[in-house]
Amino acid sequence: MSKIEINNIYKIFGPNAQQVMPMVKDGASKEQVMEETGHTVGLDNVSLSIEEGEIFVCMGLSGSGKSTLIRHINRLIDPTSGEVLVNNIDVCSLDEKEILEFRKRTMSMVFQRFGLFPHKTIIENVAYGLEIQEVPEDQRHEIAQGQIKAVGLEGFEHQYPAQLSGGMQQRVGLARALATNPEILLMDEAFSALDPLIRSEMQNQLVELQAKLKKTIVFITHDLDESLKLGDHIGILNGGRLVQVGKPEDIILNPADDYVKAFVKDVNRSKVLRARTIMTKLDKFDKSSVNPSSTYKYDEDTFIEDIVPKVLKDRSTIEVIDKEGMTTGFITSDELSVALTKTE
Amino acid sequence: MGSFFHRKTKMIKKFLTYYTFPIIFVWLLVVSYNSSKRKPDSVMELITDPSWLYDWPKWLDIPLMKWINDGFKVFNEKYGIYFEVINDFLLGAILSLKKFLIVLPWPLVIALVVAIVFFSSGRKLGTTVFVGICTFFIGFLHPKFWDKAIETTSIMIIGILICIIIGIPLGIAMARNNKLRNAILPVLDLMQTIPSFCYLIPGIMLFGLGAVPAIIATVIYAVPPLVRLTDLGITLVDTEVIEAAEAFGASKKQKLLGVQLPLALPNIMQGINQCTMMALAMVVIASMIGTRGLGDEVLLGLQQLNVGKATEAGLAIVLLAIVLDRITQAYGKKIQDRNKPPK
Repeated sequence: MSKIEINNIYKIFGPNAQQVMPMVKDGASKEQVMEETGHTVGLDNVSLSIEEGEIFVCMGLSGSGKSTLIRHINRLIDPTSGEVLVNNIDVCSLDEKEILEFRKRTMSMVFQRFGLFPHKTIIENVAYGLEIQEVPEDQRHEIAQGQIKAVGLEGFEHQYPAQLSGGMQQRVGLARALATNPEILLMDEAFSALDPLIRSEMQNQLVELQAKLKKTIVFITHDLDESLKLGDHIGILNGGRLVQVGKPEDIILNPADDYVKAFVKDVNRSKVLRARTIMTKLDKFDKSSVNPSSTYKYDEDTFIEDIVPKVLKDRSTIEVIDKEGMTTGFITSDELSVALTKTE
Repeated sequence: MGSFFHRKTKMIKKFLTYYTFPIIFVWLLVVSYNSSKRKPDSVMELITDPSWLYDWPKWLDIPLMKWINDGFKVFNEKYGIYFEVINDFLLGAILSLKKFLIVLPWPLVIALVVAIVFFSSGRKLGTTVFVGICTFFIGFLHPKFWDKAIETTSIMIIGILICIIIGIPLGIAMARNNKLRNAILPVLDLMQTIPSFCYLIPGIMLFGLGAVPAIIATVIYAVPPLVRLTDLGITLVDTEVIEAAEAFGASKKQKLLGVQLPLALPNIMQGINQCTMMALAMVVIASMIGTRGLGDEVLLGLQQLNVGKATEAGLAIVLLAIVLDRITQAYGKKIQDRNKPPK
């Protein structure tokens, strides 16, 4: 069973969404629907499943429906048709009280422009989720204090958000989301408003935190490099339709259509592809040509950017090993050149 | 198909918006031609002598005056007793507030005002001293202005309290419900544009001369900006901040009290400030229906053609306005400063 399962979600914005539904189901394009009925198709038959403990990145350009999609998971937006299952419970079937309870207990959200409360101090912001859950003040401030420490903002507890820089504000956003100890973290373009250095730093911090916390994270972005860096799986949205879902390597090596191709064209492949993906398997490799003195062992999860210099320098061979230290395959300059050639 | 249905309703709507009014207009023209005094002999004359177009047809007249007069009479007979209860209550409130303020020695009142300004402005010394001097000058202009100013102030305080009790909840309700907003907005426009004497007079008929109709008129005149600014303040709260509260499972009440109202507070305070200023303007006008206070000094000066007296009383009103304005604005500014990045 998946943690989050989205089945055939349609979302149409406009006054008579239900009446427009048949047209969309018959396969009319977004432009056609807009032209004929004045309704906007937000999501068009999107289905996907997200496993427990993974980072699922949902990628697309603005207007592709990614922010709409993430808001269906905590039902800030109701679908026109379809179902959203979280822990096997249909979110859309919950009544008003149950949905509030569900949002309090199961998930929290991080926003692009941070969404901090300007009239509350940093510690009050971080403790907000707990305040809503009616946790007593000293208790919730103790938990908030711990989260503030975890994101490295000690000493700023009693400042107001406006006094902090963008990167620091988003750390508050992250701490606030983590303070309720949710199972699921929804991150809506969480790092998009930050400048590149801070963004990269925040991405690393998220990866570090995730290694410890093992939350289920749904991350929205329009930046392919970001999605490749963070995502265990990536879903690509275009015009409200889900065009491809897969691991980062799948997206790079087998783009589903021209839209995805255009996206991956300029990606630095050596930062995305791992040794395991490009190696020649042990049983298919001709070991006779290998010089044992210039063979180096690398873990199968190593990115090939770390292997390239070794191979280039003295034409050495890379022996790929798994977690137990067993050899699973080999990489030579041949494999590298194939992997790094762009597909047109 | 859904799209076909959609197109058909669109066509009907288009037809109605484009043709209904022209058809009614042409019909009115024909009917008014038929009822005009002088009918031309030929069609050509219709154009060469358009005098038939100049008289507004006599039959084309809504008997609004009669309806209102009859309605008001019935209303007054049936429900007059309730208005007496309201009258007694408001009068009691004003009198006890006035008595309390007049009993206090004037230096104590000045000290109170200064203390309120000092704390509500976030301990700004300049504003505090300025307001203190203004308060002092009201009595300094003419000793009897002091009591009059207190009388005016007590009517205003009661009026503003009623404005707040009505205005803020109404503004909140409007911000939450678009249909209600669309229904209330024209009423607010009406309240702001209709000449105040139009409701001062029925006020007298319901409540009699004196302070109570003045308060009713004050509320009608001063409540619209408070309602508008409360609505605006809540609507303007950043959608992402609202979404953040919702994402954490905040109920409507938690959202309103914990996020929307505190963030709308600068606007609401601005509304209360506007409300205060307009209430002061109305209290002066209300002197014409026998409300006592600074306004009746102005009125007296005008009646006696005593320019000096009218100006002196006018100055006292300006000073009172400054004092009330600073008190209500200082608090709003203090909240606003906190939400802005430091320079």
